[in-house]
Amino acid sequence: MKRLWETLQELTRFKSALVGLGILAFIVALAIYTVIAIPYGEAVRLWRGGEDVWRYNPVNAKPAWISYFTPRKLPQTRVLRSEEHAQMEEETVGKTSRKVTITYQFRYTADLPPSELALVYKPVFKKKSPLVSVTWVTPDGREYTFGRITVKSVSVHGRYWYSVSRDQKLVQLFGTQNVEEGLFCRADDPKRVQKGDHRVVITAYLFEPDASIETELVLYGTVHGLAGTDHLRRDIMVGLLWGTPVALSFGLAASLGTMITSVIIAALGAWFGGFVDSLIQRLTEIRMIIPTLPILIMVGMFFSKSIWVILATLLVLNIIESSVKNYRAIFLQEKNAPYIEAARSYGAGHMRIIFRYLIPRVIPWLIPSFVLAVPSYVFLEAALAVLGLGDPVLPTWGKVLSDAYGRGALFQGHYYWVLEPAFMLMVTGFGFTMIGHALDRIFNPRLREI
Amino acid sequence: MARKGLQSLIRLARYTFMRAVAIFFALVVGIFLTIVIANMGGYVDKIKKAQVEESISMSVFTNPAYKNLTTEEKRELIDKLVALELERLGLDKPFIRLDRNFLRSRAFRYLIDALTLNFGFAEHIHSTSGSKRVWIIIKERLPYSVLLFTSANLIVFFTSIYVALVLSRRYGSIWDRLSVSLAPLSTAPPWFYGVILILIFAASLRLLPFGGFVSIPPPKSPFAYALSVILHMILPLSAWFISGIFASVYSWRTFFLIYSSEDYVEMARAKGVPGRELERRYILRPTLPPIITSLALMLISAWMGAIITESVFKWPGLGTLYMEAINSFDTPVIVGLTMIYAYLLGITVFVLDFVYALVDPRIKVGGGSAT
Repeated sequence: MKRLWETLQELTRFKSALVGLGILAFIVALAIYTVIAIPYGEAVRLWRGGEDVWRYNPVNAKPAWISYFTPRKLPQTRVLRSEEHAQMEEETVGKTSRKVTITYQFRYTADLPPSELALVYKPVFKKKSPLVSVTWVTPDGREYTFGRITVKSVSVHGRYWYSVSRDQKLVQLFGTQNVEEGLFCRADDPKRVQKGDHRVVITAYLFEPDASIETELVLYGTVHGLAGTDHLRRDIMVGLLWGTPVALSFGLAASLGTMITSVIIAALGAWFGGFVDSLIQRLTEIRMIIPTLPILIMVGMFFSKSIWVILATLLVLNIIESSVKNYRAIFLQEKNAPYIEAARSYGAGHMRIIFRYLIPRVIPWLIPSFVLAVPSYVFLEAALAVLGLGDPVLPTWGKVLSDAYGRGALFQGHYYWVLEPAFMLMVTGFGFTMIGHALDRIFNPRLREI
Repeated sequence: MARKGLQSLIRLARYTFMRAVAIFFALVVGIFLTIVIANMGGYVDKIKKAQVEESISMSVFTNPAYKNLTTEEKRELIDKLVALELERLGLDKPFIRLDRNFLRSRAFRYLIDALTLNFGFAEHIHSTSGSKRVWIIIKERLPYSVLLFTSANLIVFFTSIYVALVLSRRYGSIWDRLSVSLAPLSTAPPWFYGVILILIFAASLRLLPFGGFVSIPPPKSPFAYALSVILHMILPLSAWFISGIFASVYSWRTFFLIYSSEDYVEMARAKGVPGRELERRYILRPTLPPIITSLALMLISAWMGAIITESVFKWPGLGTLYMEAINSFDTPVIVGLTMIYAYLLGITVFVLDFVYALVDPRIKVGGGSAT
């Protein structure tokens, strides 16, 4: 314990180690915060929940803080509910039918048109579905009438989604422009947004006495949240946050497990010598020839893509690892040290000598290499995800990166989608490596002199 | 003098032979383990069965002798022949038998198949020549991988040794300190830098191609073709270089610093041996074996890193083939590729052992004891 404290104090002498410790503290805090704030089940729901969970998010929106770096005002998503943002008028037509007029009036001041437009109908009826149509009046007085449909099939939560962006009539009318540009940009300059008041009038005919209808007008923005959204409208922040505990636990578990097993194996070989030693030596050579990544790929393909199965496979493969050779060399030197002889003479057993005397002596060598190995496993998980073998349930940094890569984020200019998980990976890697290098200099006496 | 040369040659040959035997043994065991792992879910069996069924039904349907049989009769015949063939191949018996019948078990048969590069036929992927034999597909892709990664590794290796020597001479200078503080940059693997470089130079600046081996359609003149290939190689090579160089320089610099504080180096320096020669004869020469070991380890890890780097850059080598095989669930190709990687590792270990023997004085000269 005292030694640990001393090491920490010594670490603070290195500027890079201080930065590394800062990063590590941040990552660990983020991981703890994530696990508490978004419990596992909630994270899986947010990531795998399906359309319902993400429906109100824009597709491929940039992170919101981007607006600070651009002079243009970027639109956020706005959901205009008829109960709050519109005036409703009702008049009776004929015997049982009623005509409901919902009039939205809203001001649009952003410099870019919305990324998408949708109307959500929430009708209540028994048999006869309501008939609706929309009239959109732009600030410069152009008037478009479209979307004359009967609201028949109502999906989950009683909502019927009507995509204004894909309305046949409008698409044909605007031709080369997309619908959002057509409605929100100036008639004389199709790239500049016409700022001002829009008026959207929704007329609904209800054919039953108890029928009613409410609507939502969704103006999808081009920015969303702290991290933006992906092709499925998912908030990337969920993936970034949950990637932290996953990456940390995967990296630490793999590194720790590998280190413990290979040290014990090396100690056994060096201590017992003879047959055991040469067997371990041969096994190390065989291990060098077994291709790790391809085996992991096969396991991912044939058995399970679960990150824990991959971790277990990795640990089994790494029981005998190439570092066994290095540890063995150290143990062979230590084996003849006087204190070991002393232990022998008082009658200590093999296991006592190995675990109480030999292994503790190499801990100074182990700690730096343990810390330095963590990032390589973190990146290994990401690499498997990039190959399409990421965990099917958990959101991880690798999964986000792989989605981005697979969906052509680079071709389409969605750089944030690639850069955010890349940044998390890089920062984590940097943190561990900086601490590892400093520890190496503290513990490795030959490095200390220079 | 000549006799001594001959003697050391014999020693070298004997050493090489022993190493070859040891590595071959390791390779056999490694490949056997790979087969066992691959077959745990019965996948290799499934491939074999499907192949047997396919080839027998093909031969029955195309054989003129069976032309007059009805479809039902043909089906029956096929079933019978398939059952016979499965029995012949031992597919009706357990996969592995640990008794004296081991040589007749399927595990052993698959091992022989793998060792003779008989990986069977791909399910979906085919070579540009149209063949579906896994070995032919792999053989077609292999040179691309070797070209890219040998050049990448050699560039990183020699640059880092040279820079490290220069830095170790100027210990404590601003460049030296810069190299130390840049070392953590090597944390990220090449594919990671690949993604970043593609983002900068291909997607954003549009200076270099996103990936591939040559532009499409390939240029006609050989000069333009070579130029196009070089343009396509710049980004993968740089990714590999950035990922490898910093850690490499850092560790070599430290290594050389440790060795240049040895007593015999101080002694030579005191004697007035000029700097270059001091480096060559007193620092580089004795450190050659560990340098080569590290080159070996670098090359070995390179084969693994290559898989993802290639698929990020769509470089038409083995790594991209892996990606394609995963995406189309082409099991024979995946198993075959895994074996090929085992071979590549084995060959790398062997070649470097041989080079090691060439430079290690204990093997080159003298008798049993190291002098």
